Amino acid sequence: MKKLSARRRHPLAAVVVLLLALAATGGLYAAFAPAGKAQADETAQSLGITEGQKLYSVGCASCHGTGGQGSSDGPSLVGVGAAAVDFQVGTGRMPAQQPGAQIPKKKVIYSQAEIDQMAAYIASLGAGPTIPTKSQVSPEGADIANGGELFRTNCAQCHNFTGKGGALTHGKFAPSLEGVDPKHIYEAMQTGPQNMPSFPDTTLTEKNKKDIIAYLDAVNGDDTESPGGLELGGLGPVSEGLFGWVFGLGTLVAVAVWVAARTAKAKKS
Amino acid sequence: MSTTTTSDSRSSREKAPAGERVADWADGRLGIYSLAKSNMRKIFPDHWSFMLGEICLYSFIIIILTGVYLTLFFHPSMNEVEYHGSYIPLQGQLMSEAFNSTMHISFDVRGGLLIRQIHHWAALIFLAGMFVHMMRVFFTGAFRKPREVNWVFGFLLFVLGMFTGFTGYSLPDDLLSGTGVRFMEGAVLSVPIVGTYLSFFLFGGEFPGGDFVARFYSVHVLLLPGIMLGLVVGHLILVFYHKHTQFAGPGKTNNNVVGMPLLPVYMAKAGGFFFLVFGVIAAIAAIASINPIWAMGPYRPDMVSTGAQPDWYMGFSEGLIRVMPGWEINLWGHTLVLGVFIPLVIFPLVLVAIAVYPFIESWVTGDKREHHILDRPRNVPTRTAFGAAWISWYFVLLVGGGNDIWATHFHLAINSITWFVRIAFFVVPVLTFMATKRICLGLQRRDRDKVLHGRESGIIKRLPHGEFIEVHEPLSQDALHTLTAHDQYKPAEIGPTVDENGVERKVSGAQKLRARMSEGFYGEEGQIPKPTVEEYKEITSGHGHH
Repeated sequence: MKKLSARRRHPLAAVVVLLLALAATGGLYAAFAPAGKAQADETAQSLGITEGQKLYSVGCASCHGTGGQGSSDGPSLVGVGAAAVDFQVGTGRMPAQQPGAQIPKKKVIYSQAEIDQMAAYIASLGAGPTIPTKSQVSPEGADIANGGELFRTNCAQCHNFTGKGGALTHGKFAPSLEGVDPKHIYEAMQTGPQNMPSFPDTTLTEKNKKDIIAYLDAVNGDDTESPGGLELGGLGPVSEGLFGWVFGLGTLVAVAVWVAARTAKAKKS
Repeated sequence: MSTTTTSDSRSSREKAPAGERVADWADGRLGIYSLAKSNMRKIFPDHWSFMLGEICLYSFIIIILTGVYLTLFFHPSMNEVEYHGSYIPLQGQLMSEAFNSTMHISFDVRGGLLIRQIHHWAALIFLAGMFVHMMRVFFTGAFRKPREVNWVFGFLLFVLGMFTGFTGYSLPDDLLSGTGVRFMEGAVLSVPIVGTYLSFFLFGGEFPGGDFVARFYSVHVLLLPGIMLGLVVGHLILVFYHKHTQFAGPGKTNNNVVGMPLLPVYMAKAGGFFFLVFGVIAAIAAIASINPIWAMGPYRPDMVSTGAQPDWYMGFSEGLIRVMPGWEINLWGHTLVLGVFIPLVIFPLVLVAIAVYPFIESWVTGDKREHHILDRPRNVPTRTAFGAAWISWYFVLLVGGGNDIWATHFHLAINSITWFVRIAFFVVPVLTFMATKRICLGLQRRDRDKVLHGRESGIIKRLPHGEFIEVHEPLSQDALHTLTAHDQYKPAEIGPTVDENGVERKVSGAQKLRARMSEGFYGEEGQIPKPTVEEYKEITSGHGHH
């Protein structure tokens, strides 16, 4: 100890202590961190990112730039997150067929695995919303009525009261939410695709989003019953008026023609 | 046996059968015998278009019947309550009692939803029926003397029907109806100077307040239907009094009515038709949903849904608002919202335009005769063209009112539709007028040709020298009569402005206008002279004609 304490003022002492400290921290990290798993995960992820980058270069880079930095034809994808990729590619909106007022949904051309790889690549460019888990989007345990209130407050002005869709300016439109995967509804709220405003968790909490999804599932899902009969598109008075004129008055006029054509005949005597 | 018969016949002489006694009793007090005598054999002509008014009458009766049922369960109150009915997606939501009771009617009252839907569908069909009935009367000239008052009654029924419908649409206090009421409030507010006061008066304070449902309720179930019922009765009395019009045809003159008697034929037909109308409307109400308030949710002023339109009969007012540029003038701290006020002013004008036409026409023709024979629309090209132009105008506004639905369903930009409507509002009626007039004149020419040259038989004959001709068959006497029965007016002339003594007479601007309009209506450009007897004789005598 004497030897050690005698050299403690040595000019190189600080360097030695630093090296020891670094070695200790690194050693401790190496010892305690779930090393093996992290290692494997990283490999898969980096593999996914590499694969995703390849897919990106082929399918997306022409508009969004080689590094996702965006161009005059497409916005920057830095920070949009995996959720945005999963929504846009998962609903077939991306890659876009042609520029226009709005990119419509169409046939999905990538497999879910490929979408996940692209999502991983985009997520690696900058932090953003992640793809929601199953339990986050399942309507189980949600408050449907609250979802309805939230939907009418935040969504109905574009998507119509039960999510049948509606028109926006200059050929843009709010699409129908019928048959849309709950995961995509969640991601759309989270990321605000195209003309839609985004509703991050600070605006609509995770629970709120779940409620909205549950409400849509209740009023516009596969098992939704229409108590009054044919829904007529659920579009409100325009389709009702058309139906009333064509089938209501139309039938009555046909009946009137029929009645008028049957007149009393003079008895043959 | 003989005694019994005698006693029977005596008792029958002394005591008439019960039915006869009741009838005697009623006649002594109500004079039903003379009424029945004059009306039971009343003749009505047969044509399907004469039954359009019946569709309206019956749907009106259906609306009243179903409406009474709905009043038994509806609470016209805006008190806030929490929903605990059968519809799961609204559980625990706060809503007005009006909405709550409508939900109750829809889900928890036996037959409630069906009755509600019959009521609403019947209302749409009632208005559509009135529209078509009015157009039938218009295009056939059935509004001419002596029926002008009845035309006005009918028009008032249409307008009152619109407002009764609107107040009914507002009662459930759902998101859609609340938006409609807000729309109306905006229109009231745009009235210069008094708008704000009117709005506060109507809603008992700031919108939406707690009063309007109760107020609209009295208007909807009492005031407007009461007036309408009176007008309907008046309308029917006048139909009886004037007797029904008929189309021209052999044996039909301005002084007779050819058809079947009210009793028993028309009583049976009309009675049966009532049940057919009821059946069709009930079937439609059972098949198709209307105004699904559960899907729209309760009204809150901070909520709105896209596709918020009024029922079809108010759609043209929605169109006026939607396509009007948002102009406004700010002066001395006050805003004049022209973007809303101008549509509010045009709204009644659209309706008045068609309502006053009969009076303009009678002024132009100066005709004081009674008309009981209907016109074929083609024979009155200017009127027909005006009517068609008005319908096209109305339809253009309906397109404007549904611009968002047109946009999404035809993949168009809403802005393009709006601009189309802005231009079409001025252009389409003019084009329709010109096109319709040309079509009418063309049809008149064809009629003239048919009368003079007969019907094209489709038989091709080869003459000995090789020429091919088509054989024309002369029309029957009946057909000739029908095609030539109409009167043709001569354009009114101002006449010499200087009398025989050389004194100049003053010609007023109105007279000049009338002469010019008359020239337009009935001049060379306005109608094709119908064939005269001389022309017909000359041609059919076989001089130089195949």
